[in-house]
Amino acid sequence: MDKMPGWADAVLVPLISLILAAILSALVIIGIGEDPIAAFNLMVDGALMRSSGWGYTLYYATNFIFTGLAVAVAFHARLFNIGGEGQAMIGGLGVALACLYIPWPNWYVALLGATVSAAIFGALWALIPAYLQAKRGSHIVITTIMFNFIAAALLNYVLVNLLRPQGAMDPATAKFPEATHLPTFQDMFSTATAPMFRGAPANVTFFLALLACVFVWVLIWRTRLGYEIRAFGHSESAAKYAGISPVKITIVAMLISGALAGMMALNTTMGEAERLVMNATEGAGFIGIAVALMGRSHPLGVLLAALLFGFLYQGGAELALWTNIPRELIVVIQALVILFTGALDNMVRMPLEKLFLARRRKA
Amino acid sequence: MTTAVAPETDIVPTTVAPAIELKGISKAFGPVQANKNISISVKPGTIHGIIGENGAGKSTLMSILYGFYKADRGEIFIHGKKTDIPDSQAAIRAGIGMVFQHFKLVPNFTVLENVILGAEDGPLLRSSLNKARGVLKQLAAEYELHVDPDAIVENLSVGHQQRVEILKALYRQADILILDEPTGVLTPAEADHLFRILDNLRSEGKTIILITHKLREIMKSTDTVSVMRRGEMTATVKTSETSPERLAEMMVGRKVLLHVEKQPASPKDPVLEIENLRLVDDKGVERLKGISLNVRAGEILGIAGVAGNGQSELLEVLGGYADATGTVRVNGQSIDLTGKHSDGQSRRARGIAHVPEDRHREGLIMPFTAWENTIFGYHRDPKIQSGPLMNNAAIKAEAAAKMERFDVRPPNPKLAARNFSGGNQQKIVLAREIERNPDILLVGQPTRGVDIGAIEFIHQQIVRLRDEGKAILLVSVELDEIFSLSDRIAVMFDGQIMGERLPSETNEKELGLLMAGITDTANAAMPASPMAMTETELQEAAEAEPTSDAEAVPSATEAETAAESPDQEQAAAEEVPPPEPSPAGEDEPVEEFSTAPVSAPDGIPSIDTGSIASLSASIPMSAPSAPPPPTKTEDPEEGDKNG
Repeated sequence: MDKMPGWADAVLVPLISLILAAILSALVIIGIGEDPIAAFNLMVDGALMRSSGWGYTLYYATNFIFTGLAVAVAFHARLFNIGGEGQAMIGGLGVALACLYIPWPNWYVALLGATVSAAIFGALWALIPAYLQAKRGSHIVITTIMFNFIAAALLNYVLVNLLRPQGAMDPATAKFPEATHLPTFQDMFSTATAPMFRGAPANVTFFLALLACVFVWVLIWRTRLGYEIRAFGHSESAAKYAGISPVKITIVAMLISGALAGMMALNTTMGEAERLVMNATEGAGFIGIAVALMGRSHPLGVLLAALLFGFLYQGGAELALWTNIPRELIVVIQALVILFTGALDNMVRMPLEKLFLARRRKA
Repeated sequence: MTTAVAPETDIVPTTVAPAIELKGISKAFGPVQANKNISISVKPGTIHGIIGENGAGKSTLMSILYGFYKADRGEIFIHGKKTDIPDSQAAIRAGIGMVFQHFKLVPNFTVLENVILGAEDGPLLRSSLNKARGVLKQLAAEYELHVDPDAIVENLSVGHQQRVEILKALYRQADILILDEPTGVLTPAEADHLFRILDNLRSEGKTIILITHKLREIMKSTDTVSVMRRGEMTATVKTSETSPERLAEMMVGRKVLLHVEKQPASPKDPVLEIENLRLVDDKGVERLKGISLNVRAGEILGIAGVAGNGQSELLEVLGGYADATGTVRVNGQSIDLTGKHSDGQSRRARGIAHVPEDRHREGLIMPFTAWENTIFGYHRDPKIQSGPLMNNAAIKAEAAAKMERFDVRPPNPKLAARNFSGGNQQKIVLAREIERNPDILLVGQPTRGVDIGAIEFIHQQIVRLRDEGKAILLVSVELDEIFSLSDRIAVMFDGQIMGERLPSETNEKELGLLMAGITDTANAAMPASPMAMTETELQEAAEAEPTSDAEAVPSATEAETAAESPDQEQAAAEEVPPPEPSPAGEDEPVEEFSTAPVSAPDGIPSIDTGSIASLSASIPMSAPSAPPPPTKTEDPEEGDKNG
């Protein structure tokens, strides 16, 4: 019963972790002879102060919401799906096939169709590791990470040999038809007098991501399936006692996880590039793990963490553009955030817990 | 803090100083006062019992003595010297050895390697191993502590593993030995051997502190006993001057009904019929070897047996989460024992409710709230759904009502299950299963790790369900519980039913023999066992002991007389010839799993009928004794909730 209040666990711990990561990053920036405060200002300015900056931040955040939710759902069943990257790549294939080969009347029907296609492709890619885990006991971490490589190789083959238009030089599909182009934030929010989000890739799939957050929350905390997923995640032996099939929950949780990861491709492929390119996922599958960890596998936490990582991505790009801070350092800063919020969580939590308990004892 | 054992006094005691003296020990965890101003003094060369309910603070006190916790206040004196014990190394240096309930052994090391672990003389092991071999041989001879020094620990029976733990302590020259719930995992024969070892240790001048829930063990083996209640030491008395009832009363602070009020059963038609049930586990071992049983409406069938003889598997099959062959009929209709339609859901649909043996692993999801746990297993019931979602508001309201009816404390449905005490957790499980109004209730170890106050309530609920005409299958390793609840008793051994008895027509001795796999109880003299009684002695003992119905409420004098004769009992024990390799022991089928009542093949007599008999002769079987939780100690989480 000795626990600190929930809000401290959910808000204070990640916040302190973040500050620690920021301090360490600042030291690194000082180390290479740059001004950390100026760098921070530049990041904030580039990512948050202008609507076009927000447009990028939200674009990245959309990716991370989908992959973060994917990891979170699997986490609830105590399955560590680190195959979000591969599932998103194959989801992209689903998007491309739906957009290229089905004549959609307009963008929202196309979005609906592409969403279904992306979800199915992503889910099927997660099905094989799920089946192997449930029926054969092959560890999901091993199989999903191998499936990331298989997905990359498969995508490479399909793009180069099958979907590449005649005569094209780069391994990518043809441009998607006009009817499938999604409205960007610029299309949606700009008025004649005040252009908004100019040139930014954020698009309507961000709202789809928000819907996904709500969907996952309802699924996990309000449905029988979510109840079974959580019960199985906490105790497999108890799940068996209750008549919850471990095989079924493993497979269903991974299918949902894979579907969410696959839907991430809507943003990059349909919303931004409007064709399928190699490496469309940009590592978002892996960032999703950090997002889910930091967000405590709760949809709201995932949303906030995804916004933070969106900010880091966009702010980092600005830094690389305007300062001598190399692109690699941005990766270092992101890694520090992941390290502190994900891996070193207890380093902050335990002293904080002691502090709270000491205060309570006094009271 | 490594400079421990700081002698600060130079008093030369005129009389013998107490081996251990604690003065005013207090320890708080957050707002919970686990130990309040505890003082205790233990004479050298005695066995001192500490008894108390879950969460009474026994383990905390011993952890302070062994250096795991630091007391907030108070002093420790070892043999008259004030001693600081900041860590377990200091405790070992002060001559304190501890045998934990859950052994701290490396399973794939040999006995010798385990004994020297942490006490090696140098970087090379050979000399330490040789030295330990010699010491072990000597200890074995001195204290009946026989263990093959080259055996791999994981191949040893639980009783032998415990001996290794004791050897470890003695090898480190402990002269004060603390045993935490030592018999929780032992068969009756193993427990008996343990008490002989403790007797030997005592006569060699060692001081022993025995922590237990089991009143009977306290009465049988200790010289003095301290009772703890809610962090306080409520009394320290000479064992010979107290009785089990008085101890039980002091433990809970009020008089407890230690037997179950119930009317004779009026059973009707069989509701659960089991025929030739067989189960082979993953390793190819046959765990159930053709079980056939009937449970009728309105009766409690108790399954007695030493843990690990197939009772758990029987419950798992009936509960729908282990595959088996054979026939099981519920209300005359057979149910699937394998395949898609054999799971917990389909069993519940057929009116089988199940209170599993292990609520931590099976019965509850510990991080879930109480209200979420009140639908666990029944969460697919359409009544608690609203559309595609679960009707959480209704579930919460219903949970609050259930908790009220089953006296779950605190009655807060939003609290996580792990924050309730063992007894209250069990009440949540019981409320969930009973309130579904099942035709059949499977109950495994209903009062394991449950304090006395809750035991009474749980037993009443089970009897109430019986009186409503339900069929109840009770599995318990506590014979007391089997005797006081069952209308019929079946004994399981090695995956088989050894026999069925009526509680009024049997006694603990007969059941003990059946539990050891001896069906021919009339001729069960076991002549080869040195501890065995002759046939006539057995019969005499059987006659001397009143049947359990007649003595469901034993008079206090009876219990006291029994309690007042420890000397005789000890004398009797001393007359018994020292155990020798017994042919019978070797001829017994050697069980693969450690809890079977057969010793590992080092020649220690395996089944100790004599001691069972002498035990039941000295303290009547159904004399009040708290059915004690065999495996769980208070974990800090359990004892003090919501503090």
